Amino acid sequence: MSVLSEGFSWLTAGAHWHGEDGFPHRIVQHLGYTSLTVAVAAAIAVPLGLWIGHTGRLRGLAIAVTGALRALPTLGLLTLMVLWRGIGLTSPTIALVVLAIPPLLAGAYAGLEAVDRGTIDAARAIGMTEWQVLGKVEIPLALPLILGGVRSAVLQVVATATIAAYIGLGGLGRYLIDGLAVRDYPQMLAGSLAVVVLALVLDGLFALLQRSLSTPR
Amino acid sequence: MTWFLDNLSEIRGLAWRHLWLSVIPVVLGFMIAVPIGYVARHLRRGGGLLLSLASIVYTVPSVALLVILPGLLGTSFLDPGNVVIALTVYAVAIMVRSAADAFGSVPAAVVDAASASGYSRWQQVLQVELPLAGPVLLAGVRVVSVSTVSIVTIAPLVGVANLGSLFTNGFQRYFTTEIVIGIVCVIVLAMLLDLLWVTIGRLAMPWLRASR
Repeated sequence: MSVLSEGFSWLTAGAHWHGEDGFPHRIVQHLGYTSLTVAVAAAIAVPLGLWIGHTGRLRGLAIAVTGALRALPTLGLLTLMVLWRGIGLTSPTIALVVLAIPPLLAGAYAGLEAVDRGTIDAARAIGMTEWQVLGKVEIPLALPLILGGVRSAVLQVVATATIAAYIGLGGLGRYLIDGLAVRDYPQMLAGSLAVVVLALVLDGLFALLQRSLSTPR
Repeated sequence: MTWFLDNLSEIRGLAWRHLWLSVIPVVLGFMIAVPIGYVARHLRRGGGLLLSLASIVYTVPSVALLVILPGLLGTSFLDPGNVVIALTVYAVAIMVRSAADAFGSVPAAVVDAASASGYSRWQQVLQVELPLAGPVLLAGVRVVSVSTVSIVTIAPLVGVANLGSLFTNGFQRYFTTEIVIGIVCVIVLAMLLDLLWVTIGRLAMPWLRASR
């Protein structure tokens, strides 16, 4: 347990809480990569998922593609992208977007599929256009499941964004990679604990958001 | 391709390590998660608590768990055992949920009928509920297996070699071929393992084929 307490004291040492290498800056970087990635992935996956869920087309293809994407190792994709596109924000963003697409896509189409068919038929029967059915009936009813997809995408990206440090970028992964390089275990431990806390806090926030949205208004 | 053939024996070694680093956690995870899932399903109180505990464990990022475990267990940092334990913890966290769903999918009437025809509690569980939960349990194993094979590739970052070493090595040498071959090998391994689980499922549940 003494190793753990060394990790804790590394985490709580005042010197590690300011400057370029301090926790606040690394956390902001980490959240920056995460939000950029999830935003790009959502811009691709959510409209596609809504279209698949609304029309019922290409559903089998979507399941196969998301399954294949899940098997793609993110570290392999990241190193490949760096050799191809060079060091920079583009490579980790693309690698992490690939990671975030499956849960977002699944959340969107599964959300629309879970909407009661009778409700949709009723909306059509009272003269709603397809866009109105989508925007005023399907999306609001599917929102908790769509948000569930966003939640698991965010958690996976927060967990995996640590590998951005492997190619020389920042974020909380810095402590792991730098600590490993000089065999500074307390530093690695402190970085890991920070990632765990960040993931649990984000998960808690999403749980609250989902609960407030799923209560009938 | 030449590089692949030239380094075949090394790649085969890495693939073997990768295979057992993935298979052991999936099998251990299954054996631990099924009883927990069953209990979670049948407990009036505390069942939901078990499931939320599992989802909290799953929230802990895998890289972080790989680093924290040695400190917690007192094992050596470079011990492959850490990877196996970390991934088993994950496998349990995911599979507890799917096991609870699997036992939930067994129709209550069938269980009642079994108990009415004189099955003991254990016979009921082993001969009625477990086989009927089989297909959903298998689906859970397949999901865990794919994600485990993929997560194992992160282990070289903490010094445990496997197919993921082809990524870190290829990256350091600026050698694209090695990384591409690594990715292909990982996907092939994931597919082969998936095939293994499906085959075991077919052998263990022959009635699924007969009913089609």
